[in-house]
Amino acid sequence: MDFSYSDEQRMLADTLERLVTDREWNGNATTQTAPSGLWQTFAELGLLQLPFNEEDGGLGGSGIDVMIVMQALGRGLVREPYVAGLLLPGTLLARLANSAQRERWLAPLMVGEHRLALAWQETAVRYDAHGVTTHARRQADGWLLEGAKHLVLGANSAEAILVTARVDDGTLGVFVVPETSNGFERRDYATLDGQVACDISLEGVALPHDARLGEDAAGALDAALALGRAALCAEAVGAMRVACEQTLAYLKERRQFGTPLASFQVLQHRMVDMHLNVEQAHSMAILAAASLERPADERDYRIAAAKAYCGEAARFVAEQAIQLHGAMGMTEECHVSHYAKHLIMFDHHLGDTDHHLEFISDRLSAA
Amino acid sequence: MNLDFTPQEQAFRQQVRDFLATELPDDIRERVRLGRRLSADDHLRWQNVLSQRGWLGVGWPQEHGGPGWGPVERHIFDEECSAAYAPTIVPFGVSMVAPVIMAFGSEDQKRHYLPRILTNQDWWCQGYSEPGAGSDLASLRTRAVRDGDEYVVSGQKTWTTLGQHANMMFCLVRTDPEAKKQAGISFLLIDMHSPGISVRPIVTLDGAHEVNEVFLDEVRVPVTNRIGEEGQGWTCAKFLLTHERTGIAGVGHAKQALRHLKALAGRVQHRGRPLLELASFRQRVVKAEVELMALEVTHLRVLAAARDGGAPGAESSLLKVRGSELRQELSELTRRALGPAALPFFPEFLYGDETLEPEHAEHAAVGAQYFNRRKLSIYGGSNEIQKSIVAKTLLGM
Ligand SMILES: Cc1cc2nc3c(=O)[nH]c(=O)nc-3n(C[C@H](O)[C@H](O)[C@H](O)COP(=O)(O)OP(=O)(O)OC[C@H]3O[C@@H](n4cnc5c(N)ncnc54)[C@H](O)[C@@H]3O)c2cc1C
Repeated sequence: MDFSYSDEQRMLADTLERLVTDREWNGNATTQTAPSGLWQTFAELGLLQLPFNEEDGGLGGSGIDVMIVMQALGRGLVREPYVAGLLLPGTLLARLANSAQRERWLAPLMVGEHRLALAWQETAVRYDAHGVTTHARRQADGWLLEGAKHLVLGANSAEAILVTARVDDGTLGVFVVPETSNGFERRDYATLDGQVACDISLEGVALPHDARLGEDAAGALDAALALGRAALCAEAVGAMRVACEQTLAYLKERRQFGTPLASFQVLQHRMVDMHLNVEQAHSMAILAAASLERPADERDYRIAAAKAYCGEAARFVAEQAIQLHGAMGMTEECHVSHYAKHLIMFDHHLGDTDHHLEFISDRLSAA
Repeated sequence: MNLDFTPQEQAFRQQVRDFLATELPDDIRERVRLGRRLSADDHLRWQNVLSQRGWLGVGWPQEHGGPGWGPVERHIFDEECSAAYAPTIVPFGVSMVAPVIMAFGSEDQKRHYLPRILTNQDWWCQGYSEPGAGSDLASLRTRAVRDGDEYVVSGQKTWTTLGQHANMMFCLVRTDPEAKKQAGISFLLIDMHSPGISVRPIVTLDGAHEVNEVFLDEVRVPVTNRIGEEGQGWTCAKFLLTHERTGIAGVGHAKQALRHLKALAGRVQHRGRPLLELASFRQRVVKAEVELMALEVTHLRVLAAARDGGAPGAESSLLKVRGSELRQELSELTRRALGPAALPFFPEFLYGDETLEPEHAEHAAVGAQYFNRRKLSIYGGSNEIQKSIVAKTLLGM
């Protein structure tokens, strides 16, 4: 057993740490949705190739490598859609696409020439990725898609959107839908954690035969979501650490009753509880990242555990970070409020604590 | 012992309910229901309706033009108002400065200010906190120097709720820098339009403009605007804080939030069934329900004690702690019930007049409200401070 980073991983972590701390803080606006223009830098650093196999032109990075990237993005509260625009659609392409589709969609993705998005969520089925009601009908000259998708992230900067749909034969299909398709409509809005999301309606969108990626996509979708969840956990850990650091620094600096807040025992203990939560969440993020290559059952069990755990830990840390900052923690101006919003809304992405606890509960081993 | 409402109290409830059904303007009701910010005019329209009915001075005795309700009537009134989506009465005039003026003000001050409050002629804000004086309020540094018939006031107040609408501020200032902390403080009423006052907005994490910074630069305030004696400000402040806390359990709000949560969780589908049927989620709703039952009775016990002559003391700290925790938990459960749909953020709809598709409008406030409710455990004396009060005064620790 070894929890240490390799030299290369340490270098990656250092580079990213510098990248996100040197960057100008862009969390000040009411809706901090302006991308910080880092995508090109990601490409130059190889981050867009990192998670993909060498045969596909990737760097063959591991779950731990992705974790390192995500922790840094969480520390810097970087809003580039690394998960939504790269990991999720990229994993599906890597798992499902034929060589022509790879050439067309995956290769440019890895060099930052275009971005993609994944539309998997629907209003009626909450976090259930397999309960889709969007429907794909086979036609003489291709496919016809009908349905609606909800809370699609990163679509505003995407060249095309991967859409999950139930196919006539009962399988789950993934279709590449270009933004320009007839019958495709997008309604953008900001999210509380400073991203851009959209609702999509698909009214009789006609697609060519080769718009479908592979055959039944259920397993590939699970793999993509597993990676996405592990990545989000790591990102949350990065953000939790900063929220703790900022809160600790504030308690040491802010004085009331003639003494630093840090001298009050109740606040010391609270701070310890925050720290404890972060360490536990960090362990779960490591477990998640290290489980990505496991058989699907085991992988998903562990990742559900990690996502549920981190969701609760993130909430505790966020709420206490605000509380211990007093009214200051309630302001836009105070950076910690942006971390808090990110940490709370983290639970609403890719399944919340309730969702994942139920998943585990259904599979709880008696042993 | 008898926990039932008397027939008179039940009749009163019906009377309030009927009044709300007919008199509360629909557009205001709808804005409150959807959690949208009210304009100053919305608040005033509603408070004028209450004023005309004689129901604005909720806690006031009849001699000053109040309805003369006891605590149980007030409780019923609060509960019905929340249930009907009526706006909360802006408390700074009616519920905060007015009781101080009644208790410590001169006859002239009572004659001048109280009727103006009852007719919504003044909008008051509370100038207590300063950048360096939060929990440790008595360390405040805003200075008032006597100059003939006036004080010259300089300093800064902050977190001033709705100060952007206010024309009057009640303010704690230091009149004697030599005296011991609490002893050098006085209670002044300041015209917000005086030269030397500037108000700057503070945007909170939910994107709202609810609080402000107020800068005072050699603001001249007539000595006749002081309430009580010089150096008696802390007594007034402490008196007011107990008043600020009586309604702070927020039972009416909590009931409304719980109703909303149950309706939502009964509608939202989870694996083909209502989310409310998911055991783990249901369990938390049940716990909130039970906690609220306890809180209501505790609240009524404190109210009854107050009615029978005891001033609400440290018990109101208990109500504040548990009431705020419960309302925060309800806002958390509501956010979770909504699931992914809690993510979208529509500030122009929530804080402005922009329209929104019904499917978004119905839940647009839930996420932002969760963040807004974090204030409940911070303001009016943070929960940590409330617990210290209880430890010291109730438990003698
Ligand atoms: C939305 C909002 C509206 C407000 N409106 C008004 C208004 O209209 N007028 C006005 O005057 N003020 C207003 N306030 C200010 C409010 O009263 C203060 O925020 C409150 O008194 C806490 O002070 P602080 O924010 O400076 O926090 P601090 O006092 O700096 O406290 C920071 C943290 O340390 C804890 N802490 C402090 N001292 C101790 C101790 N001795 N032991 C243990 N823990 C401690 C606190 O509980 C808190 O968690 C408002 C605040 C908010 C958030």
